[in-house]
Order: sequence, then structure tokens, then C-alpha cells
Amino acid sequence: MNWQIHLPALVLAIPLLGAFASPIAGLGGRTVRNGWMAFISITTTAVCLLLLQKVLVDGTAVYVMGAENWNFTLPSGLSWPIRIILQVDAFSAFMAAVGSIAALAGAFFSLSYMDKFTGLEKFSALYFLLVTGMLGMQLTGDLFNFFVFLEIASVASFGLIAFWRDRPEAVEASFKYMIISTLSAMFILIAIGFLYGRYNAVNIAAVARMLHMGYAEKIALVFLVVSLTMKSGAVPMHMWTPDAYAEAPAGVTCLLVGVSQASLYGLFRVCFSLYGSSLGSPVIPWTIIVMGVLSMFIGVTMAVIQKEIKRLMAYHSVSQIGYILLALGVGLLALRDPQAMADYGFTAMKGGIFHIINYTMYKGLLFLTAGALYYSAGSRNLNELGGLARVMPYTTLMFVIAAAAIAGIPPFNGFVSKLLIYQSTFAVYPLLAVVALVTSVLTLASFVKVFQTAFLGPAKSKFAKVTEVPGSMLIGMSILTVVIIVLTLFPTWTLAHLVEPAAKALVDQAGYISAVMGGGL
Amino acid sequence: MNPLSVVVRTICDIFTWFIGIFGIYIIIHGHMTPGGGFQGGAVVATMMAFLLVSHGGKKTLSFAKPGLYTAMETIGLLVFIGAGLFGITTTFFFNFLAGQGGVFGATVPIGPNSGVLNSAGTISIMNMAVGLEVIGGLSLIILYMFKGIRLFDNAAESGETGHDR
Repeated sequence: MNWQIHLPALVLAIPLLGAFASPIAGLGGRTVRNGWMAFISITTTAVCLLLLQKVLVDGTAVYVMGAENWNFTLPSGLSWPIRIILQVDAFSAFMAAVGSIAALAGAFFSLSYMDKFTGLEKFSALYFLLVTGMLGMQLTGDLFNFFVFLEIASVASFGLIAFWRDRPEAVEASFKYMIISTLSAMFILIAIGFLYGRYNAVNIAAVARMLHMGYAEKIALVFLVVSLTMKSGAVPMHMWTPDAYAEAPAGVTCLLVGVSQASLYGLFRVCFSLYGSSLGSPVIPWTIIVMGVLSMFIGVTMAVIQKEIKRLMAYHSVSQIGYILLALGVGLLALRDPQAMADYGFTAMKGGIFHIINYTMYKGLLFLTAGALYYSAGSRNLNELGGLARVMPYTTLMFVIAAAAIAGIPPFNGFVSKLLIYQSTFAVYPLLAVVALVTSVLTLASFVKVFQTAFLGPAKSKFAKVTEVPGSMLIGMSILTVVIIVLTLFPTWTLAHLVEPAAKALVDQAGYISAVMGGGL
Repeated sequence: MNPLSVVVRTICDIFTWFIGIFGIYIIIHGHMTPGGGFQGGAVVATMMAFLLVSHGGKKTLSFAKPGLYTAMETIGLLVFIGAGLFGITTTFFFNFLAGQGGVFGATVPIGPNSGVLNSAGTISIMNMAVGLEVIGGLSLIILYMFKGIRLFDNAAESGETGHDR
């Protein structure tokens, strides 16, 4: 119990230390730098998993930075919190664990993948800053710190997306992402300003306790929903996703998938925990549902026609984000009606949250296999690739597993979460489930296309010298493969022990408030 | 960029010292007066801009080495997170030096007073760390922007360089 109370702070301190000490580790040469990167990412993941385990056993963890005591949320007689508070409930810890696994896989993959480039100590510093930003967004209990960590994550991503700065496309992608991120960060700051002006507090629990719906709150809500869906890449604002995901180095793309989940986390934290029962009308839930449906369908139809493998996968992430938005939008719609919540709302939320972990794992793996193809064959164009299954058997196997999972083929984990989403959305409005099904079929079609053109077919003479990728890239990919297989084999256990506590924590607004505010004055 | 006239150079030679001292004043008094590590560091880093404009690139780059500023940046960041981690026996970022006496822990008398400089504990250590980091970082940014101008001038021959080894 003693040192475990510091776990929320350690989750942020370890990657931050990793980022700051990277230039020094870079002085020691290749072995020291790679060892440092591996050590920090393993430790971060371990600490995140320990935190998840602690939160699942002991309930919501709070941590007050710099106070005399770690749970000193309301210092001497004040009625609202003044310090920087980390608040970790089951949903936050779940998201942090998911993100840290993606970061671990991306870090191992990058060790070999980036080996032929210079400036790697800067790369590893930016990588761990991005990890810190992502984890900070997921653990903080404070709106303004959410904004700060969002900015940390954004600024680190600009550098990482444009890491191959001699490619004009990479610079363009980074610039586009910079404009979108800065715009949405400013929207979030305006929204926080509205809430701070009304309630003199930025702590989520404190604001949630006092919240009454009025014009200022509605404006803040609109700004928050728009900017956070923009950052996660839902359809009307998805134009940065294909460029950024396709141009970033593959290990970074795997992490960026996790980072977009942090924006989604923010969206649902705002909708469920900050506004929650005072949300009132069904306008916001239906907005999220409609954005989800549009993302699913437009994303997948754009993906089917792509010829470049990473752009194709990037459009698929737009479509998969749509599933999550749809499911949690349905959950939000059912929030005020206990009967609807029991009938379909809670199933939808379980499906959505299960889809978050599934999506991060298989989409990260798909981006890594695309990176492996690029590393070995030197091309991302599907028209040029072909016959690579003969020379890259492990990559092919892992690609097949990931593609089957994303297409929702029955034994795999993607099927379980998609089934939960179909069942629950059908109860709301049958057309939603139909769109989701059609999207799933089109997903399968486009991944059959990738598999057939890149891996099957006759061996091409120009790929005669292609070999399997180096060990550390295989380790990075197998981490995600192992998680996918575990989720595939034990879906019931996962639903009962990881997903359901997270969904309950998200619905339980009173519990979130009382963890900081101590259940009243 | 070519050196400017002798008048400008002389004025800048004198003025940069005042800028440096003013910036360090802002950093050290961060907990008492407006400003702090970032603001003071930014003021100090304008020294680099002054020298580049007045003395031109050739002379300034002969002594302003990027490695020095990278080292300042890294040391600043490590001191900052180290000061946070040292407090972790209580909580992360706990001000373990405040009120302990010594250079950083003087107690402040109750009642109206003009402020006690060495009373802030880890806060002033962190201000100095951030100041060091910002001096290093902003000077590096100015140096690289200057190199970017030269890159633009002869872009036709060399082109943009990437990270390829």
C-alpha cells in the first residue's frame, strides 16, 4: 500500500524522466539509447498495469500533486480543490493501460525501424513526451491540466510526424495537424474559460458538482465536443488523419492511434462525468451518434479505393472511431433513463469500451505491419507490392490476425465488440446497426484486397532480396498480437473484469464527484 | 547576415550584459515578482538574437555552439524533474525544502514585509531549472532559424537535408 499510492504520479513521472534523460542516453551510443528506450517503455507499461490492478481492487484513486498528503483534496476548510489533482477511476486506468501497451509496441518497433536515421535521441525524447501527454490526458482530474497535456501531446506529435523532414508530404501532414491541433486546443481553452468564469473552478469533479445547464455551459459543451471529435478524427473533421497517420514513422503511428483514444477519453469524460445527468436534451448524444455513423461509412468507403497501404489503414481508423462514437453516443442517450440503460445503453457502452482496446491493438498492429512492409520492400504502394508472404512469414501471420480482428470475423476480438454494438444500436434505431454491418463488410473487403495484393500472388523479381524484418520489430508486433489473442480467447473474462468496471465508472457520475469532493461538506 | 556598423555593435556589446542580468533577476525573483523561469529565460535568450543581428553569423556562430545549449536544456529539465522526484516520499512535487532553513528554506515573518528572497524551497530551484532550459532551448531555436536563412539562400545547390545516415 505504501508506495502504491504514488502510482498515478509515477505513471507521468517515468516517461517524463525518460524524455528528459534521452539526450544524455544518446551520448552513450546506440546500445545505451536503445536500452533506455526499451527500459522506460517497459517500466511505463508495468506501472500503468499496476495502477489498473490497484484501481480495480481499491476503487478510484486520487493523487494531489505537491500536497502534504496524497489524498489532501480539500485543504483546510476550503470547499473546492485548489491543487493539481490526478483522479484515476477504472475508465482512466483502463485507457492508460491500453495507451501504454500501444506505446510499448511502438517503441520496440522503432528501435530497428528508425535505426538507419540520425537524430534518434530527439526522436526518443519526443516519443516519451507524446506518451506523457497521452497518459496525462487520461489521468488528470482537472480541465486545465487536460488542456496542458493535450498541448504537450500535440507539440510532440508535430515533431514526430515531420520526422522525415526531407519528405514534403511529411512536412505538409505535420503542418495540417498543427493547424487542426492548435485550433482545437484553443476551442478547449475557450470552453474551460467559460466554465471557470461561471464556477471559479477547473477541477472536473468540482465543476460537475455545481453544474447547472445555462447558455455558458452549452457553449462550453459545444466547443469541447467539436474540438475533441476533431482531435480524434471523426468525419467532418477527419482530413488530417490520413496525412498524419500515413506520413509518421510506423512506430509513431501506432502511438498516435493511442493518442487519438486520449481525445476520445476526454470527450466521454466531459459528456459523462462533467455534464452527465445535467446534459438534458438528446441533442448532444444524437450529434455524437450521427458523427459516428458518418465516420464509419465515409471512412470505410474512402478506404476501399486507396492504393497506398498506410493511407488505407488511416481511413479505416476514421471508420473504427465511428464505431466507438456510435456505441458511447447510444450509452449517453440512455443515460437519463434507467430502463433504457439496462435494456441497451449499458451493452452499448461495454461494446464501445471493449472496441477501444480492440481497435487500439489491431490498428496499431496493422500500422506496424505496414511499416514492416515499407522497411523490407521499400514501398507502400499496393500496385507495386506482391508475393511477400513467402519471404515475410511472421509479418504475414500477424497481418492476417489483425485483419481478421478488424473485419470482425467470428473468433476474433473485433467480432465480440462489434456484436455488442450491433445488438444495442439495433434497439435504438435499426438503421444504425445496418450501417455498422455494411461498414464491417466493406472493411473485410478492403483488407482482403490488401492481403491479396501485398502478400499473395507470384513472387516478384524485384523483391527477391527481401527478408523478414529484424527481431525488435517482430517483438513490437508480437506484443500487440499476443494481446489480440488473449482478448480473442478470453472475451468474457475481459468484459467482466476490465470493460464492465470501466463502463460502470463512466456512468457513475456521483462516484466520480465524491472521490474528490468527499461526498459533501 | 553581415555585421552592422560599429555604433550598433558597441551599443549591443554593452546592452547584452544588462539584458542578461535583468533576465537572471526575473528568474531568481520568480516566486516574488511577476515572471519566473520561462519569462526570464526568454529575456536572457534575446542576448543571442542581439549578438546575431549586430555581429553577424560568422562571429557569433564561432563561439555559440549548439552542444552547449543542448547541455543547458538537458540539465535544466533533469534538475526540474529531479526536484519533483525528491519529494516523492511525501508526494510528487512536494516542496520538501520550504521552511527547513538554509539557502532555500528561510521562514517568512507574519505581517507586512517586503518579501524574503530565499524562502521558496523547491519552487526557486524549479524556476532556475526552467530558466536554464528556456535559455538553452530558445537560443537553439534562434540559432537554427538563422541557419535556416542560410539554407534558404543556397537551397538550389544543397536542398533540404533529412535524417538519412
